[in-house]
Amino acid sequence: MPNLVNAPDRVNDFVVKFANVNGTGSASANSLVMKAIFRMGVPVTGKNYFPSNIQGLPTWYEIRVTRDAYAARAGRVDIMVAMNAETYPRDVREVASGGYLIYDSTWPRSALLQRADITVIGVPLAKLVNDSFDGVRNRILLKNIAYAGTLAALLDVDIEIINGLLSESYGKKPKLLDSNTKALRLGYDYARQHLGCPLPLRVARMDKTSGHIMIDGNTAAGLGCVYAGATVGAWYPITPSTSLMDAFKGFCERYRIDPATGERNFAVIQAEDELAAIGMVVGASWNGARAFTPTSGPGISLMNEFVGLAYYAEVPCVIFDVQRVGPSTGMPTRTQQSDIMLCAYASHGDTRHVLLFPANPEECFYMAVQAFDLAERLQTPVFVLSDLDIGMNDWMCPDLRWDDAYRPDRGKVLSAEELAGLDKFYRYVDRDDDAISYRTLPGVSPKGAYFTRGSGHNQYGTYTEDSAEYQVVLDRLKRKFATAAKYVPKPELLGKGGNEIAIVSIGSCDGAVREAIDVLERRKIHVDYLRIKAFPFGLEVESFLSAHATIFIVEQNRDAQLRSLLTLETAVEKARLHSILSYSGLPMTCQPIVDGICGVLADAPRLSAIKR
Amino acid sequence: MSFINKPKVGHPSLPTNALGLTRRQYEGSMSTLCAGCGHDSVTAAIIEACWGLDMRPEMLVKLSGIGCSSKTTSYFVSGAHGFNSVHGRMPSIASGANAANRELTYVGVSGDGDSLSIGLGQLVHAIRRNVNMLYVIENNGVYGLTKGQFSASADVGTKAKRGDVNQSPPIDPVLLALSLGATFVARSFSGDKAQLVPLMQAGMRHRGFAIIDVLSPCVTFNDHEGSTKSYIFTREHYHAAMEADFVAHAEPITVDYPQGESIPVELHDGSRVVLRKLGASYDPTDAAAAYNFIEGKLKQNEYVTGLIHINEAGSTEFHAGNNSSAVPLNRIPYEKLSPGRAALEKLMGRYR
Repeated sequence: MPNLVNAPDRVNDFVVKFANVNGTGSASANSLVMKAIFRMGVPVTGKNYFPSNIQGLPTWYEIRVTRDAYAARAGRVDIMVAMNAETYPRDVREVASGGYLIYDSTWPRSALLQRADITVIGVPLAKLVNDSFDGVRNRILLKNIAYAGTLAALLDVDIEIINGLLSESYGKKPKLLDSNTKALRLGYDYARQHLGCPLPLRVARMDKTSGHIMIDGNTAAGLGCVYAGATVGAWYPITPSTSLMDAFKGFCERYRIDPATGERNFAVIQAEDELAAIGMVVGASWNGARAFTPTSGPGISLMNEFVGLAYYAEVPCVIFDVQRVGPSTGMPTRTQQSDIMLCAYASHGDTRHVLLFPANPEECFYMAVQAFDLAERLQTPVFVLSDLDIGMNDWMCPDLRWDDAYRPDRGKVLSAEELAGLDKFYRYVDRDDDAISYRTLPGVSPKGAYFTRGSGHNQYGTYTEDSAEYQVVLDRLKRKFATAAKYVPKPELLGKGGNEIAIVSIGSCDGAVREAIDVLERRKIHVDYLRIKAFPFGLEVESFLSAHATIFIVEQNRDAQLRSLLTLETAVEKARLHSILSYSGLPMTCQPIVDGICGVLADAPRLSAIKR
Repeated sequence: MSFINKPKVGHPSLPTNALGLTRRQYEGSMSTLCAGCGHDSVTAAIIEACWGLDMRPEMLVKLSGIGCSSKTTSYFVSGAHGFNSVHGRMPSIASGANAANRELTYVGVSGDGDSLSIGLGQLVHAIRRNVNMLYVIENNGVYGLTKGQFSASADVGTKAKRGDVNQSPPIDPVLLALSLGATFVARSFSGDKAQLVPLMQAGMRHRGFAIIDVLSPCVTFNDHEGSTKSYIFTREHYHAAMEADFVAHAEPITVDYPQGESIPVELHDGSRVVLRKLGASYDPTDAAAAYNFIEGKLKQNEYVTGLIHINEAGSTEFHAGNNSSAVPLNRIPYEKLSPGRAALEKLMGRYR
């Protein structure tokens, strides 16, 4: 074991990155390590950097062991498990000074792997596995489990927990369980015998994960749709949203099949494209079912025409946009928040839409339910703007909870009895002075019949080309958006509220912002933080903006879309809003936020004076 | 187009159906189409078909896309909900609406532009999905609302009013539907109400996707010499291969059909459509034979009308394939949809 360079107390505070070849089964080994650490009571995050490919290209998985429970990407790598010879050069470069690189020394690469400031650990993984197992595919898969064993020894991860996890996975397949357990032990024993275990970067038991789960946002959102009572899901496969519908379908198969009859209380329709997917959602919602579609940026582009119809004809629908890197096809397996403007004003003509911004999988669950309530209450499309980082990565979240007293808010839908009591039903009249009119469902009463159309209509629901009649409806829609601002989730405020400097952000930036705030605190810079959860912005956003002189808008796109939306939709002066942007496609770290704020403070003497 | 509003009340002696409703009560708002438009005759046939089926108006859902034909859904059954969607996208609205409530009768009215150009993808996939609906194409070979451009159903060599000659081969919705495995395929002519009404009734009762291609001449842009979608051309070249009589299940079959020349097909709800062969060796239950027959006739410039193909027993409509709840999805009580708190607590164990 070479000398350890620079080893402060890094117990439960380091990053392990796995460099793999995709399609080799490495994902299960990596999540095995992550889950074992989680079960030791130590907070972790797992981030997957994968190619848009099925087999053969480089893929990375990053586990951040974080005793302070930070949710963001750390932005450094302490231990690299370099299992892909093709990417050795860049993997070696990425290791932080003082860190470690573990590689398969069956084929020694001493020249390639040389770096004076890191420790290179060779483990003859292929040899160990090939000596004990047969079959090419089997050996590839089990080599992954073997390095998990090595890592367990090096990091002092309880091997019994990993064995437990293996039993849960392969309990019903004793042969597989046996070979996996054996491979794990091979890697573990080799490390214990030949390497100095544990490393200074190691795991020690804590009690910070009880009452928590590790879940990805798409699974949580799909589960939310089940609890919201959604019965129709229509979709067209697109990364990174596909697993949302997979989750919904999986949960429905578990919870929504009548045990007596075998009948399904749901319908999942794989549409021919996103144009049809949103059409089906509009048709089903119009007909009184809770319906939704998960998609990503390119899908939203295609859905624009129908979104405008749903807005103008006032049909509820729920759209999950799991954002990925644009423009165009962009980088389908990388994350971004670059559909904010696209969704806020989707479709031609004057349209504005309700947006929800979950920050983590937990919020994906609750906001899925809120989205349906809002869509039906407001009779309009509601977008849930998640992203690839939230949607596809495993996050540590508090247990999801449910109140059985919940009942869906179906909004203003007239029953046959209510219709019988009316002289005549008019679809778009503002009877309650809240700009939300009453709707009816087909099949209930001939008295409720009306004609739904995207062409010009008056408040009585009939076709019109009369300017005044057209404007009555369009003006009410504008007032309805003001009503929406009262119903959408309120922003979350962190800090005393009296600081001169503030951060405003959305969605998955939250982890990086919170971590940055801690770093800034240590540098005696105090900031207030407002996390916006929805559009339209309510009074809380407006007053927060007006109460702060210098506001940093943190978001993950190139064009400062949130900042643009704030300048368009609030009274704030543009000059007070400083952008901090991250659009690399990798989840944001706290570094650009810390650097951005410190940089502006250094240039503005008056502001730096407020450092206390 | 008529400028006189229809009176709301009818003469007391007007005949009523089993629900006590007159034909007038199945009408809609005033048509705004050109005088003599074939589409208005199709509208009249839909009214007659619904009246004859004793359909409760609120149990009908009328769907359309964009175009002259798509406007017609507001001209019939004002007691039914209507959805005039976006251009070429009615099938997806129908698919979603049908998914939400399997109990209603869905009638889509579209045109050749709406169905065969911008909406071809959606039409094709609605057929594949076997959405339980009647899909009527009012086919006139031109775009009316944008003033006479060729549609994808225009025949090669057909002449536009302004003199252009169409070069591209047509898409024939009947051959298209047959090749996709549609289980109810018919062709008719807007001027032949006697043929059209029973076809529509059978199409509404067919459990699955029923498509009727209705030649419906455009008097303004495509009724001149050199057009193959004009009234004159249609009268000369459209011939029934098959006559269909729709027999509601309550009625006994009273007419004596000659043995071997009539084919009674029982529909899922117990009603029947009795097909009477006009040509010699034509079997409408054999899709491949039907395809060859229709294609051969088209080559001779002959358009075969009638119920060209039916396969009631072999039709698995969307909900049957999905094994959907018999109670429409939009009426299942929330208590049955939510797994509840206890299930969620248990589920959390999977994520630790």
